[in-house]
Amino acid sequence: MGNNFLRLLSGLWVTVRISLISIAFSLVLGTLLGAVMTSKNKVVKVICRVYLEIVRIMPQLVWLFIVFFGVTRLTGANFGGETSAVIVFTIWGAAEMGDLVRGAFQAIPKHQFESSLSLGLTKPQMYLNIIFPQALRNLLPNVINLATRMIKTTALVSIIGITEVLKVGKQIIDANRFEFPNAAIWVYAAIFFMYFLICFPLSMISRAIVKKQQRSE
Amino acid sequence: MKFTKMISAVFAAAAMTLTMAGCGNGESGSTPANSNAQSNTSETSSASGSFRTVDQIKESGEIKIGVFSDKNPFGYVDNDGKYQGYDVYFAERIAKDLDVKLTLVPVEAAARVEFLETAKVDIVLANFTVTDERKQKVDFAPAYMKVALGVVSPDSAIIKSVDDLKGKTLIVVKGTTAETYFTENAPDVKLQKYDEYNEAYSALQDGRGNAFSTDNTEVLAWAKSNPGFTVGIESLGSADAIAPAVTKGNETLLKWLTDEITALGEEQFFHKDYDETLADVYGADETYKENLVVEGGKMDTSSETASNSDKSASA
Repeated sequence: MGNNFLRLLSGLWVTVRISLISIAFSLVLGTLLGAVMTSKNKVVKVICRVYLEIVRIMPQLVWLFIVFFGVTRLTGANFGGETSAVIVFTIWGAAEMGDLVRGAFQAIPKHQFESSLSLGLTKPQMYLNIIFPQALRNLLPNVINLATRMIKTTALVSIIGITEVLKVGKQIIDANRFEFPNAAIWVYAAIFFMYFLICFPLSMISRAIVKKQQRSE
Repeated sequence: MKFTKMISAVFAAAAMTLTMAGCGNGESGSTPANSNAQSNTSETSSASGSFRTVDQIKESGEIKIGVFSDKNPFGYVDNDGKYQGYDVYFAERIAKDLDVKLTLVPVEAAARVEFLETAKVDIVLANFTVTDERKQKVDFAPAYMKVALGVVSPDSAIIKSVDDLKGKTLIVVKGTTAETYFTENAPDVKLQKYDEYNEAYSALQDGRGNAFSTDNTEVLAWAKSNPGFTVGIESLGSADAIAPAVTKGNETLLKWLTDEITALGEEQFFHKDYDETLADVYGADETYKENLVVEGGKMDTSSETASNSDKSASA
């Protein structure tokens, strides 16, 4: 069967590479955005809200078209496929991440702030020891969930000419469709397994972290 | 809360308008009726994604050609990861005659026009059927192949005519001629649309639709290797030309391709292409070969055996 398995793996690497880079950017930018979102300034709030809603309303496929084709058309800047994909998934990931961070902070009861200050903790001490650990615990499962969603959504990028794992699978099915018309189910099963191998450890990590936090309290 | 929702809706609408303006080649405010007439002037306005002339391609030492990567036997990737097929064979010849390196870019049916409009590729050789609508957006060189539509259905309920399809579900791939044909000529047929051929065939096999329509070359080849399915309609609509496409206005490359196809006609290049890439699938049957292959860009419409079909098709 040629080197199909290796090709699937290299396709998987493309998927993982795009996802990981986008997730990394999203974590950093999203945390910053989340901090901004907790602002009490009305204008800032509205701008953040609008950004979030636009990203949520428009399907990722449309974003891919806008960044890969639209930007070239309007400005002449020619991004490569993978760069475009990372930009799109970062725009999306940062928005979602920002909202998660905002939610995690706002979910912390007011008395936690008040009682830490009344105990005589300084503000940095309060954030470091009281607020952040609690916010993080609320945040982690959601972030992992977002990460797995991002990994799965990268399957869309074949429309802009990137050959990721699902596309490799489709190529393999098609190349063999005359000799093995039923290859599809096996190839898809292999791909399912590959996605599972990436996403499952992520959920395990999040579960482990949550458990460890609970024990340390 | 309502206020913020309204604002976000306005922004979303603005963003979409922006995209659509992009789709219209940057001609904002033109009515659909006169947008054709303006298509010449719009080229100069967009500095973006500008195409490369033949000289520029030669100078760079590389040509980018968009092909299908999952449409066996026209453009696909074999088990060793190498591009193969009728279109790819031609692409390799183009690169050889230009004396440049060939870079093949995998494209999806729905994004072929976009790839050319933004000049992400120099040529698209992805089983691209010539239609009036597409002619407004890209420039086609002379044909190197021709096809009509075919409809494949399960043996248990063979669809033999468009009338058989009334009220039934027909599977099509987005952005293909089949989608346009049935939307315009058979409004009674329910269309189930997929992004990729692969998904469409899976849908047919799973019985999610009553039949699947796309180019007859495609369905004939598929039915041959999938027992239980028959091509009930072998030829529908007028025979369409399949031709290489370049970015609109790229005259030097268009002229080069036209000359190339004429020259290749003299050595019967596409017959050889058929023998190398398609004969395994369709057989070396001469009548079938003549039905498919176009040499020197000359579509001999009078000798079509596919003429029993209805000619009212606007494709």
